[in-house]
Amino acid sequence: MQRKFVVSDSEQCIGCQVCEYVCSAVKEGGFNPLLSRIRTVRVEPAFNISMACRLCEDPTCVKSCPRKALSKDEKTGIIILDEEKCNGCAWCIETCEFGAITLHPVKKTIIVCDLCDGDPKCLPYCPTEALSLKTPEEISQKTRKKAVTTLVKGISE
Amino acid sequence: MYGYSGRMLTVDLTSEKTKTEAISEVFCRKFLGGNGFSISLLYEHQKPGIDPLSPDNVLVFAVGPFCGTVIPTSAKYVVQAKSPLTGFQGKSIGSSSWSQAFRRAGYDALLIKGGAKKPTYLFIDDDTIEFRDAKELWGKDCWETHRIFRDAIGDDNVQVASIGPAGENLVRFASIVSNHHHEDDGRTGMGAVMGSKQLKAVVVRGSKTVEVAKINELLDLSKEYYKKVIEGLTSNIMKDLGTIGTGMEYLSNYATPIRNFQSTDAFKESATMSEDIRKISTEWMQEQYVHKSVACASCPIGCDHIDFIRAGPYKGVAYKIEYQGMYALGTNCGIWYLPAIVKAGQLCDTLGIDVISTGVVVAWAMECFEKGILTLKDTGGIDLSFGNHDALMEIIQKIAHREGLGDTLAEGVKKASEKIGRGSEKFAMHSKGLEFPGFDVRGLKATALSFAVSTRGADHISAAVFGPEIRGRINRFKFEKGQSGFVADKENNLTLYNSLMICRFSGDLWMNIYSELAHLYALVTGIPLTTEELRTAGERVWNMEKAYNIREGWTRKDDSLPPRVFNDPIPDGDAKGSHLTKKEFNFMLDDYYAARDWTRDGMPPKKKLIELGLNDVAKEVGV
Repeated sequence: MQRKFVVSDSEQCIGCQVCEYVCSAVKEGGFNPLLSRIRTVRVEPAFNISMACRLCEDPTCVKSCPRKALSKDEKTGIIILDEEKCNGCAWCIETCEFGAITLHPVKKTIIVCDLCDGDPKCLPYCPTEALSLKTPEEISQKTRKKAVTTLVKGISE
Repeated sequence: MYGYSGRMLTVDLTSEKTKTEAISEVFCRKFLGGNGFSISLLYEHQKPGIDPLSPDNVLVFAVGPFCGTVIPTSAKYVVQAKSPLTGFQGKSIGSSSWSQAFRRAGYDALLIKGGAKKPTYLFIDDDTIEFRDAKELWGKDCWETHRIFRDAIGDDNVQVASIGPAGENLVRFASIVSNHHHEDDGRTGMGAVMGSKQLKAVVVRGSKTVEVAKINELLDLSKEYYKKVIEGLTSNIMKDLGTIGTGMEYLSNYATPIRNFQSTDAFKESATMSEDIRKISTEWMQEQYVHKSVACASCPIGCDHIDFIRAGPYKGVAYKIEYQGMYALGTNCGIWYLPAIVKAGQLCDTLGIDVISTGVVVAWAMECFEKGILTLKDTGGIDLSFGNHDALMEIIQKIAHREGLGDTLAEGVKKASEKIGRGSEKFAMHSKGLEFPGFDVRGLKATALSFAVSTRGADHISAAVFGPEIRGRINRFKFEKGQSGFVADKENNLTLYNSLMICRFSGDLWMNIYSELAHLYALVTGIPLTTEELRTAGERVWNMEKAYNIREGWTRKDDSLPPRVFNDPIPDGDAKGSHLTKKEFNFMLDDYYAARDWTRDGMPPKKKLIELGLNDVAKEVGV
């Protein structure tokens, strides 16, 4: 089975940051984007997207951690942190190509999406249903379908 | 306290001193936040009778108790000061990530006093407050300013509320722009107040966590509201098309002013124009222009619709399209070419001037030009004919930089028409000096009343009764006794929105607004408030604004409408012949003041103010 992770469809995302608020509330008990495991990016004038850990097959964060504080769950692919070992050096933050890891501003250890035990709490709040939990195969299926729909529409016109 | 930061920040630009003070729970319960905080702080800290463009003016920024939480549409903030346009309370409500960053920095309100000796910007970085040199930024437009800050500080969490060249040049309807092409603080010239203080920007970064009393319950309840939007249980018009969606309804119901209130018949007008009215139909726009919806923080609606102009002289422009812009910079100036309207809106936003006031003062100048009151000599060679969008672009620049005729127009339509004279006052469309929003009130009589009595001048969102009128819920052509009660209720209701600081467009989310808001308020703050207390809070804040105006010299004659509303019946369309008579208008005012429990002169009696818990105010202005 392929791994699943939270993806955001930038065509649907309106940049409302609700996922950030929900994540910080669920994980940390208060509202603060800096405490969120999913982060939004807005590129003016109108591009929006949310980004979270993509559960890479061979994660650079795990490989790069000098203290072996990070590991990958064999079954789910989730990145697991051993808080005792992490000293907040931010090497993993630098190596992650998606900016999916951030530093907890108070604890000074890293935070990363853990998929909320397979049921990401941010998903049901997304007002445009831009967020979903998908495997790479499902993502490419969606893209293919979209491309073909445009093509079919072009022919019928 | 939960929800609230419980702190307000005072900065004095003259002495460069800052002070942080606690906000009490009693104050919070009484004024709720936002508009309630800002008007009571302004009333307390600003001396009456001062020049709004002097260091004596006090500029207040405030957010509400829901700010920075997951509650839908809670990213609003208010800016209030004495208005350089009206001389009464000036107020503007914006919506952007600025409010939430400010809240996370740990404040509910910001009081800006005095004036800087040189161009300055304020950097609020949590508890660190710095007065920084803005020399390099002076003259830069708003978007450029925002970009420079983010690049220089190197952090996208930095949020900027700035003025553009118009604010620096003290254009009386200059705006404060906080996040480009989102909801800005447009009205009543708050940008000019900032400019007069030589304050280019208020830059904030907040890293604190917003804590609420009952987070799990709040998350569960909020989920229901988001679900409502997802399942399409709310009206989709704001989501699909934004304000322009409702705008089409107004246009086709002869409610949208055309050519400075000389027509309401879009169908007839368009036939004489090069572009067909059908081209401003919602579906057409969706297909041709609307590229993407963008939301403010914590908003599931996303009413901003960004258009990319793909061809023609304005090719490459990307900016939102909305109803008030389409009216002010479009139909009211006789312009039906959508790309030009989008471009003009973008110009206003980058230069930092209010879209509505700009459109109205330009349309007035166009009518002067049509009537020969202004000539090519006066305009500096600009052909200010209705419909000339090149001229519109040129004159907007001149207003922002106060060049040539622009210098006169920058004073606002009231002062400009008094200066030009020759009968032009008769078609200067304002109330209390604030230019008219896009509703022809001659055929919308409850709206006419709301424009006249609003505490900030001609204002469509203080009561927002145009919807019920246009949709026939109340008779738009005949004002009946009791309609004042409806207007006053709506004012109280929207003042409550503005104090809790949620968006007016959230209306569809609520089944029973008062009990739902009381519930949310308790979950956030832990403070139980009855629905009656919430209703009273709206009324209290409205009376507070009224009291402020009375202290600045308000009398019944200030609740006025321009001569055109009485003298020139609507000339065409389904609303043809409709206008107001003086007798009818006086009846409306009597009825309204009675509905408010004010005297016939429109003064709140001491007893009323004491009932609302405004004892000190009662002593000062109560009769």
